[in-house]
Amino acid sequence: MQFSFTDEQHEFRAVLRRFFEETSPPSVVRRLMATETGWDADQWRALNTKLGLCGVHAPEEYGGQGFGFVELGIVLEEMGRALVCAPYFASTVLATTAILNAATAAQKGALLPPLVAGERIATLAFAEPNGRWDASGVEATATPSGGKLRIDGVKSFVLDGATADLVVALARRPGTSGEAGLSFVTLPGDAPGLTRTPLKALDPTRKIARLEFQSVEAELLGEEGAAAATFAKTMAQAAAMLASEMVGGAERLRESALDYANLRMQFGRPIASFQSMKHKQADMLVDVELAKSAAYYAAAAAADDAPDLMAVASLAKAAASEAYLQTAIHTIQIHGGIGFTWDNDTHLWFKRAKSSEVFLGDPTWHRERMMQAWAA
Amino acid sequence: MSEPTEETVRAEVRAWLEANWSPDLGLVEWREKLIDAGWGAPAWPKAWGGRDLPPALASVVDQEIRRIGAVNVARAGIRTLASATLLAHGTDYQKQKFLRRSLTGEDAWCQLFSEPGSGSDLAGAMTRAELKGNRWIINGQKVWTTSAHHADWGLLLARTDWDKPKHQGLTFFVLDMHQPGVEVRPLRQMNGHASFNQVFFTDAEIPPEHLVGEVGGGWAVATTTLMHERRGADGTGAVGAGAASSDRQGRIYDEERAEVATVMEPYKWYPQRAGRVDLVIQRAKETGKIDDPVVRQEIAKLLTLARSAEWTARRARAAMAQGRPPGPEGSLGKLAASHVARAAARVHTLISGADAMLSGEDGPQNGVIAEILISVPAVSIAGGTDEIQRNIISERVLRMPREPSTDTDRPFRDVPRNFAT
Repeated sequence: MQFSFTDEQHEFRAVLRRFFEETSPPSVVRRLMATETGWDADQWRALNTKLGLCGVHAPEEYGGQGFGFVELGIVLEEMGRALVCAPYFASTVLATTAILNAATAAQKGALLPPLVAGERIATLAFAEPNGRWDASGVEATATPSGGKLRIDGVKSFVLDGATADLVVALARRPGTSGEAGLSFVTLPGDAPGLTRTPLKALDPTRKIARLEFQSVEAELLGEEGAAAATFAKTMAQAAAMLASEMVGGAERLRESALDYANLRMQFGRPIASFQSMKHKQADMLVDVELAKSAAYYAAAAAADDAPDLMAVASLAKAAASEAYLQTAIHTIQIHGGIGFTWDNDTHLWFKRAKSSEVFLGDPTWHRERMMQAWAA
Repeated sequence: MSEPTEETVRAEVRAWLEANWSPDLGLVEWREKLIDAGWGAPAWPKAWGGRDLPPALASVVDQEIRRIGAVNVARAGIRTLASATLLAHGTDYQKQKFLRRSLTGEDAWCQLFSEPGSGSDLAGAMTRAELKGNRWIINGQKVWTTSAHHADWGLLLARTDWDKPKHQGLTFFVLDMHQPGVEVRPLRQMNGHASFNQVFFTDAEIPPEHLVGEVGGGWAVATTTLMHERRGADGTGAVGAGAASSDRQGRIYDEERAEVATVMEPYKWYPQRAGRVDLVIQRAKETGKIDDPVVRQEIAKLLTLARSAEWTARRARAAMAQGRPPGPEGSLGKLAASHVARAAARVHTLISGADAMLSGEDGPQNGVIAEILISVPAVSIAGGTDEIQRNIISERVLRMPREPSTDTDRPFRDVPRNFAT
């Protein structure tokens, strides 16, 4: 399904859209973004009791729905559209996917059911203050100690890192570098020696934290020293899903700009009747639709575990980053002065666009990865 | 009789082809058999040689014809647009006279719409048609007419009433290109090719039975032609992809190759016009620019754009195949293709460096790169400029209001225009 959705998938999208229109209007987004945790326990529970969203791409044996990344992409697109404030990307997209990729069967059986049910929140702590998004940026160490591992170092840009119950972290055997010696580990969010500091985020709808590890005891997840491949795969899958989330937001902005242009009267006519506005809107439609096509293709590549997943996920992430930010810029411009005010909702999406542009790697970084795949 | 299904259509056409196909037949002879059996244009009405099949089943027929290596009916060039227009608006006499000979390939067509004074604003046509006695007399000039020098018939949009508003004074005709009052001159382009023509009419004549639709109703007829043109129904895509012009041996293949060569001649630079994204990585490796991080970024941007545009086109086709209402993705192809071509020309320049100053046998790739650089400007103009595409997208897809117009509610005679008449 690289180019079309089934009737069931269309219906799934329609259900989600109605649900998020009811539960995540801008008034709710504004209320939640002003809180410290950034999300609401009741809303999160509804997400799971009513729709089972945390289990969309998890196998049924762990309580999931057994769908794949195409359906997960639909969830993300609709969440991006409604700017849903929830630890979904952290827990379901990043942490659950990492566990699915890396964990042993026994670990999956122990860790996944509460995450899939939405009863516990997990996050994935991989990036560090150096701001690199691949294995080369990992400096935190995992030192063997009596059957466990002791983690030292600092993780940053950790989504919902201050509130997660479970932390999946990436660290390396002391003395290794690059892709060698990497391991995933798990530890409770309140583990002794772990200091969690919420960071002031440019995008207040997505909470991020810095996690400092001082000899924190952790469990190995999967195979020791062999996490490079599963980490890379997790990142490609997450980039494809972030692209879906971004095109959902971009489309919402595009529509809001169109609505406003049709309403706003200047010089005795709606500004939508001026060719400069119409051509801008046509360009916005091209930007968003092309980015959507790339996001859908990448989601299908993730679902099929296609050989070119890394390249097309990078392509989709780069395309979505450019399209989302460009659409946000145009949307503010079309609104004129009101678009730059706090009361107008455009800035909520603008900030998500800006933050997502660099999260999981900026377009330049992803383009270089595409070239490494296609022009080696 | 039960409704045809994919299975029944496939079985029926397959059996018919096995019994009838022979590469030793003449091209027209074979196509007449194909048309008589209803397989030449299966989506057409039964009355005009078709089978009333929906598009998805008609494509099954094409698949089977391709599979057995048989030649199909003539489709390349303007003839497909002519047939679609006549099917929608023509008289029985016109359908009888033109449809079949278009399928057999005996008649070739051209489209006489654009004029030096009206390009984007086609409804501003000033070619004059006047009824004198029992003949319409045509005077004026058309331009950008592909294959006019090979055409037997032209689809002509001409002005019959100067006192009505512009859209209401136009009439649509079929013009016989083989007559003294029609002069065809090649139009040389900035890339040196002459794929188009200028066509001059000096008291050219049209019999009344070649009027299509109503007098004054030409705009509605032309809109049908344009709609099919925007859908890419001019057949050049299919032929360019090598429909049957393989290396197969046999008289009928030779005849088809000759036909395709004639029709496709004006389009030989079109791959370059589209930017030749396929050459970019190979060229960057040849020149060593593949190691330049700036060039790598530009190549990746181009590939992102080109792949996304391709996937968008495939989304549109998939929606159509599923019978879903067309979404916005179906209207963006032309504009996206312009973006791709322009980006490709920029990247080819980056990759070639100083060699981008050279052309012909002195230039990179024996002149192909130079031809890209000087052909790409056509993409954003031909078949509707980017600006017109943006108007269409904003008005028809996004439903934005039209700009107030100053030319549609008064006699065309009083509308300011480029040339005196």
